[in-house]
Amino acid sequence: MTGIVALYIFMLAAFTGYEVIARVPVILHTPLMSGSNFVHGIVLVGAMVALGSATTPLEKTIGFIGVLLAAGNAVGGYAVTERMLEMFKSSGARGGKDGKGGGAKAGH
Amino acid sequence: MSDLHFSADALIQASYLVTAFLFIMGLKRMSSPVTARSGILWAGAGMLVATLATFFYPGMTNFPLIIIAVVIGSAVAWISGRRVAMTNIPQMIALYNGMGGGAAAAIAAVELYRGEQQTTAGATLAVVGGIIGAVSFSGSLIAFGKLQGLIRKSLRFGGQQLLNLLILAAALVLGAMVASGYNATAGMVTGLFAAALVLGLSMTLPIGGADMPVVISLYNALTGLAVAFEGFVLGNAAMIIAGTVVGSAGTLLTQLMAKAMNRSLGNVLFSGFGDTGAAAAGTEVTGSLKPIEAADAGVMMAFAQKVIIVPGYGMAVAQAQHKVWELTQLLIDRGVTVRFAIHPVAGRMPGHMNVLLAEAGVPYDLIADLDEINAEFETADVALVIGANDVVNPVARNDKSSPIYGMPILNADKAKNVIVIKRGQGAGFSGIENALFYLDNTRMLYGDGQAAVASLIAAVKSV
Repeated sequence: MTGIVALYIFMLAAFTGYEVIARVPVILHTPLMSGSNFVHGIVLVGAMVALGSATTPLEKTIGFIGVLLAAGNAVGGYAVTERMLEMFKSSGARGGKDGKGGGAKAGH
Repeated sequence: MSDLHFSADALIQASYLVTAFLFIMGLKRMSSPVTARSGILWAGAGMLVATLATFFYPGMTNFPLIIIAVVIGSAVAWISGRRVAMTNIPQMIALYNGMGGGAAAAIAAVELYRGEQQTTAGATLAVVGGIIGAVSFSGSLIAFGKLQGLIRKSLRFGGQQLLNLLILAAALVLGAMVASGYNATAGMVTGLFAAALVLGLSMTLPIGGADMPVVISLYNALTGLAVAFEGFVLGNAAMIIAGTVVGSAGTLLTQLMAKAMNRSLGNVLFSGFGDTGAAAAGTEVTGSLKPIEAADAGVMMAFAQKVIIVPGYGMAVAQAQHKVWELTQLLIDRGVTVRFAIHPVAGRMPGHMNVLLAEAGVPYDLIADLDEINAEFETADVALVIGANDVVNPVARNDKSSPIYGMPILNADKAKNVIVIKRGQGAGFSGIENALFYLDNTRMLYGDGQAAVASLIAAVKSV
């Protein structure tokens, strides 16, 4: 990938990120932050490549820590985001008084 | 052989393209409550595709190490993420975000210690991404510690900003030496990362707990940027796109959050407050607190046309949200219109209270934010304030000497009747007396949040 192409990608991705969430309501701020936190868990693929090309013990150690942390970012980010968004329901979807299932148990 | 490599590479690139598409669509869907649930599934599928494809990267070795690290990291994060209480979500986001920043720094470290960076541009990007990632790593850990209650003090001293500037300068100088390749040694690389880690600590320690959400959001954006930079270094389009999207979306989100909390970003980062317990000033509040029995309050709500519930973080601490929803359902079944009014700082970060109510089963269309609901208080028969204090204090509107003057508040005082559930008589989070409690139309229902709402439920049932 040449430098200028990379810059094009950078610019377009920056606009995309801005536009995608420009009109997000306050109620979704926390889940969306968590969701974008998950998305940068893509650092996992970079950490895998770094560890996959490591040769010295020092490189291997740092690479191992990198993959460990990156996997934590991706999986943890997914787990909490999914848990939060799973709970968002509208009145139409609540079906009688069954609104207390699932996540409510965690509170007791 | 080269043909085989070419096709593996093409397959990986195609997978990354699919991943980028799934991430962007996922984030787009997450920005509306109707589609949000499917958004994380889309993004999750994208992550899976990219991770699997990466195993086929040409020239990869150390597979056992990679698999062990992935399994351990994933298992620990999955268990912690599944078990954490919803009230503690903000610090978990900080923790996972810090891990991402640390991973970006680790990539940079591997590249820089190896010292085979072909171009100065590549090395520069590795250095900048590494510094940002390391700052985000140590800073996020401090944010986690503060919200988790592990770090209670905010470390402040004179010349702190100057010291931070010096540490940053040291990191940049070392970074420039490493990137230019002029006499670069492994020691310089180590010094560079050490300086960046210390900078993250010293930048975050002086910031108070109340401002942490904005800081976490900022570090989230920074981690995205660090990931993008390391993506440039590795020539990895998926990392560049995902990292940049998060970097810009996160920056916007940080600004929105700061605005919702009535603070500016510069104010949060450099003014060194945001601690609770600021000296209580302001005009003395006069009048008396008028208690009410749960039975009377229950009757008042049962025969109301419209009830607006104002929940605060105190409600979540008392775990009363499930009872509140039970009460709400009883009232709705009696034909009462019930709505929830959420102040931007009702939870620990903007939107956090919505998550806590959603956990209890409250549908999101009953929940309104400040701008939507404020005009409706005048038509409400009862405003039920539970666990909220400063965000309904009318002095913010009219007392210029009050520390919270100018903060947007929920106009609960405009309702015909106000019922405040409160543990005892005492000032709020900020130590400021609440004028709302002394108004003629306000009645105090004393007791623990959960018990008080339970007695309200009993009262409504017996009507």
